[in-house]
Amino acid sequence: MNKTILILQQEYLKRVKKKSFIVLTLLVPLLFVGMFALIIFLSVNNDKQERTIAVYDESTLFLGALEQEGYTRYHFIPKDEYERLKSNIKESEFYALLYIPENIYSNNSAQMISEKQLPMDLIQQVERRLSRFIENDKRQKIIAETGIPNLEEQLSSTRTSVKLNTLKVSETGEAKKSSSEVAFITSYAMGFIIYFFVFMYGSMVMRSVMEEKKNRIVEVIISSVKPFQLMAGKIIGTALVGLTQVAIWVLVGIVGLTIAQSFFSPESAQQMGQSLMESQQTMGANISAGESQVTEIIGLINNLNIPLILFAFVFYFLAGYLMYSSLLGAVGAAVDNDEDSQQMVFPITFPLILSIMLLFPIARNPEGPIAFWGSIIPLTSPVAMLARVPYGVPVWELLLSMFLLILTTVGAIWVAAKIYKTGLLMYGKKVNLKELIKWLRYKN
Amino acid sequence: MEFFSANNVTKVFSTTRALSDVSISVKEQTIFGLLGPNGAGKTTLIRIINQITAPDEGELLLDGRKMRQSDVAHIGYLPEERGLYKKMKVGEQAIYLAQLKGMSRKDAIQNLKHWFERFEMGGWWNKKVEELSKGMQQKVQFVTTVVHKPKLLIFDEPFSGFDPINANLLKREILQLKEEGSTIIFSTHNMGSVEELCDHIALINKSKKIVDGPTDEIRQKYKSNIFEITYKGDFSEVNNALGTNFEVLEHTESDKANRLQVQYLNGNSNNELLKALMPAAEILSFEEIIPSMNDVFIKAVQESNNLNK
Repeated sequence: MNKTILILQQEYLKRVKKKSFIVLTLLVPLLFVGMFALIIFLSVNNDKQERTIAVYDESTLFLGALEQEGYTRYHFIPKDEYERLKSNIKESEFYALLYIPENIYSNNSAQMISEKQLPMDLIQQVERRLSRFIENDKRQKIIAETGIPNLEEQLSSTRTSVKLNTLKVSETGEAKKSSSEVAFITSYAMGFIIYFFVFMYGSMVMRSVMEEKKNRIVEVIISSVKPFQLMAGKIIGTALVGLTQVAIWVLVGIVGLTIAQSFFSPESAQQMGQSLMESQQTMGANISAGESQVTEIIGLINNLNIPLILFAFVFYFLAGYLMYSSLLGAVGAAVDNDEDSQQMVFPITFPLILSIMLLFPIARNPEGPIAFWGSIIPLTSPVAMLARVPYGVPVWELLLSMFLLILTTVGAIWVAAKIYKTGLLMYGKKVNLKELIKWLRYKN
Repeated sequence: MEFFSANNVTKVFSTTRALSDVSISVKEQTIFGLLGPNGAGKTTLIRIINQITAPDEGELLLDGRKMRQSDVAHIGYLPEERGLYKKMKVGEQAIYLAQLKGMSRKDAIQNLKHWFERFEMGGWWNKKVEELSKGMQQKVQFVTTVVHKPKLLIFDEPFSGFDPINANLLKREILQLKEEGSTIIFSTHNMGSVEELCDHIALINKSKKIVDGPTDEIRQKYKSNIFEITYKGDFSEVNNALGTNFEVLEHTESDKANRLQVQYLNGNSNNELLKALMPAAEILSFEEIIPSMNDVFIKAVQESNNLNK
C-alpha cells in the first residue's frame, strides 16, 4: 500500500508540475472570465465617443427639442450652412448631418448624411428621438381634440408584455425560480466537461502505461511492486490531478461569482443605474436593465442545486474515469505501438463518443427515453446522467445509475488488471480480442 | 551455505511449457551462472524469483525460508530488457526506484551519493536521462539495481550496452559486490564472462535443466580427450606413429616447433599417446585441453537436443 502511495505521489507531481497542466488550468477560467467580461463590457460600456450632429430642421418643429443625449450632441444649422457642409463633412467639426424634411409627420422619414458608415446604436438613438417626439406631439393633439382627460395614462396602461416566470417546486415544497435556459446550458456544459475529463485523463493513463512498456522500465518497476499497485497508483494519481484541476476551477468560479454578485447586487445596480441615469437618461435605463439581467442570471445559477451537481460531477467523473482509464490502461499494456492502440481504443471509447452525441437530445428533453436509458446504461451514464442532473432527476434513477456504474467499474478494473498484468511483459505479439480473452483465464 | 534455492519449479503458459521441474541451489556469496539458449526458460525462472510471475508448481527458498512478495526488497534485478524514464532527472529517478525497493528517501540519497562518486557520475544528478549516452544510462541502471544493498542480485545480460572499458569496470564491481557479501545470479550468452565470474552454473534447455555444477568441474567433465602437443620432428613420422588409435585434429608447423592437436579414441590413455609419440619426435610440451564454456554450452545443448529426437 505504501508503494502505491509512492507511485501515486510520483504520478501526481509529475503531471501537476508539467507546463501543459499549469497552462490549461489557468487558461480555462481566464477564458471564461474573459468571455463573461467581454459580454458585460459590450452590454455596459457602449461607445463613449463624443459626437456632434448638425441638424438642419426644415420642419422647424424640433428646434430646442433635441438636447444632448449621452455622448451625442445636436447642433442646429440654417439651410445655407447645411448645403455648404453637405459636400464637406470631413472638414467640419460635425460627425454627421441630420436633415429633417418639412413633411416628416406624413412621411416618417428623415436623412442622415455622413462620411463613414454610421453605428447601429447611433441610428437607433436618433430614430428613437425623432419618433418619440412625433408620437408625443401627435398624442397631445389627440388629447386636445377629444378632450378626454388622462387619456395618456389610460393608453399607456393598456400596453402589456407578459413574461413567464418559471418556478420549480422542490421536495420541501419550496418554490424556486428556475430557468430552463440556465439548466440547458449547465446540462450541456456538465456533460461535455465530464466527457472531456474522462477522455483526457483516461488517455493520459494509457499513454503513461505505453511509455513505461516502450521504455522497458516496466520490468524494473514490477520487480519492486505488484502490477496492480502500479496501475492503481497511476490511475489514482492521475485522477487526483483531474480533481485538483476541478477544485481550482470551482474555487476560481466561487470567488468570481462572489465578486460578480457584490458588483452586480440589486442595490449597487440601482445606484449605478441612477448615477448613469442622471447623465445619460434613457441610455442609463438600458444599462441598468442589462445589469439586472446579469444579477438575475447569477441568481438563477445560485438556484441550481449546486451541491448535488458538484457531488454528481465528482462521482461520475471518478467512476467513469476509473472505468475508462483502467480499460485504456489495459490497452496501453496490451499493445506495442501506437497504431495497434488506436484500433483497440476506438471500441472502448465508442460509448463515450456516443454519449456526447446524445448530449443535445438529452439536454433538450431530459425526461425522454434517450435521456433515461443513456443515463442508466453504465458506459454512457457518466456523461448522460450529468447532463440530466441540472434539471433534477428522480432519486431512484440516480441511485440505480450509480449502482450499475459502480458494478461495471469494478468489473472493468478486474478485467483490466488481468490484461495489464499479462500484457506488460508481452512484446512483439499482435494482440486481438481472442488473445485478450485467453489472458483473462491466466492464473497469475 | 545455501542462500537461495528453487525447488522443482514448473511453469506452463497456456500451451507452452516454460519450465519443467527445474531446481537450482545458490550458495551464499557466490556467483551462479544461469545459462541456456534463447527461449529456454531462463527469463521465466528469473521472473519467478523476482515474484513477477508465480510458478505453477515448486517453491522458492531464500535464506532458509519460503520466499514472500516482500522479499523483493532484498533482491536487486537488472533485467535484460531495461530502461529508465527518459524525461525524469537522473537523481530523482534513482531515489524513486530505491524508494520502491523500500528504502527511505534519506538512506537512498546517502547511498546514491556514494555510488555516484564510485562510478564518477556526480555531475549527472540533475540531468535528464535522455541527455545521457546509452552507456551512461546503463551505468545509472546498474546503480539503481544495487543501491538498496540487496542480498540477492540478479543480472540478466549485464554487459550489453557497455564498451570494453566499462564492461571491465562492471566486472570488477560485480566481484566486489560478491566480496561484500552479495549472492549473485548471472545470466548471459557471453561465455567468456561466465568462465571469469561464475563459481557455479546451471544450463537450461527447452524448459529443462540439463547441466548443473561448479564451473571447473563441468569443464572437466566435458573434456573430450584432446591434447595439444608441441614437438620437434617430422609430421609424417609422427602421423604414422599415431596410427588409427588417435585422430589428428589440427597441425601447424613452424621453425621452432610444430604444434599438434590430437584426440584419442576410446580405450586409450595419456601414456599410450606419449608412448606412440616418443619414438617419432622430441616432445616439448604436452597439455590436455579443457573445453571453454562455449564448447560446453554447444555440446551440452546439442546432446540434449539429439536425445529428445
